[in-house]
Amino acid sequence: MTNLSDNRPLTAAETDALRARQRERNKVMALILGFLVILFFAISIVKIGAKPPHSPAEGAEQAEHS
Amino acid sequence: MTTANPQALIMPADWRDFFALTKPGVMRLVIFTAVCGMLAAPGTINPVLAFTAILCIAVGAGGAAALNQWWEADLDAVMKRTAKRPIPSGRMDRTSARDFGFALSGISVMTMGLAIGWLAAGILAFSIFYYAYLYTVWLKPRTPQNIVIGGGAGAFPPLIGWIAVTGHITLMPVLLFLIIFMWTPPHFWALALFVQIDYSKAGIPMMPVVAGERSTRWQILAYAAALLPLSMAPWFIGGTGWIYGIAAFVLSGMFLWLSIKVGLRTSTPGDGMKPEKRLFAYSIAYLFILFAMLVADRFATIYGLQA
Repeated sequence: MTNLSDNRPLTAAETDALRARQRERNKVMALILGFLVILFFAISIVKIGAKPPHSPAEGAEQAEHS
Repeated sequence: MTTANPQALIMPADWRDFFALTKPGVMRLVIFTAVCGMLAAPGTINPVLAFTAILCIAVGAGGAAALNQWWEADLDAVMKRTAKRPIPSGRMDRTSARDFGFALSGISVMTMGLAIGWLAAGILAFSIFYYAYLYTVWLKPRTPQNIVIGGGAGAFPPLIGWIAVTGHITLMPVLLFLIIFMWTPPHFWALALFVQIDYSKAGIPMMPVVAGERSTRWQILAYAAALLPLSMAPWFIGGTGWIYGIAAFVLSGMFLWLSIKVGLRTSTPGDGMKPEKRLFAYSIAYLFILFAMLVADRFATIYGLQA
């Protein structure tokens, strides 16, 4: 973190450094968000395909009651 | 942005510093023990969900680490070991660390809840609260037993990994929790014995600073002695087979032997603290191998290699 306490405008080099830092952060953020999209899609597919967790096996309930 | 006021422009922190804030070094042991807890648990879990659970545990631990460094920035600044962390070295402002920590914690708990279940998510949330608040804010500056309590934070990953698979708490995951809980004090005090100057400077009541070296050495020995039967307990209750049981006996026996050497010793200035450094190095290998053996034992049982 560079705190500019004086009132002078940024030099060209400083502006470039700032922009480069921001670009780099944005790229990493894009990668993370893209990864999360894929992850949540995969989780959704798995959840849709999965059987409900505590449902008895087919026919098991009837057998217990009869 | 052509008329930007330079005073308002602050160089944003590098993403690498945010990554460093999650303590990637500690993460290795967190991920490893969580994976082991998951693999050793009875039952199966979809690989995508398994990956998600491990990711949530790791990200939650990273969030807790960021919150810890947000809170302790001024303490970190006066200790040589921690002075180069992003906040004390001035590469990041405290607010960013705080927001980052809360964001990671929140996202990891919500994802765990939605993808795995709310019991695992609840325990994950509690473990973050335990480390970032109970340990960091409340107990660490107050009691020399801080490491004993802080060890609890590191003991959660295998417990959460196990519960992500089974969906409920049984004695086995609690035993795994207790093993890491008992392991942490001798592991950390061995380190504290050879870096103690740092902690006294920061005013943190570490055991060697407060109670003296003699007492610390005795306590290392006491915890190592308790760890031997405790690490074998999963075998005694029938949760594992003899492969793990024998491995735990040998590994913990070695741990106790190295602790005896540290516990009964009196250090003299300039002796290099060799036994303490050896115990510290061994303690890390110990936990890795012990948990690997837990998984090996489980797979040996699945494939019928042991009765």
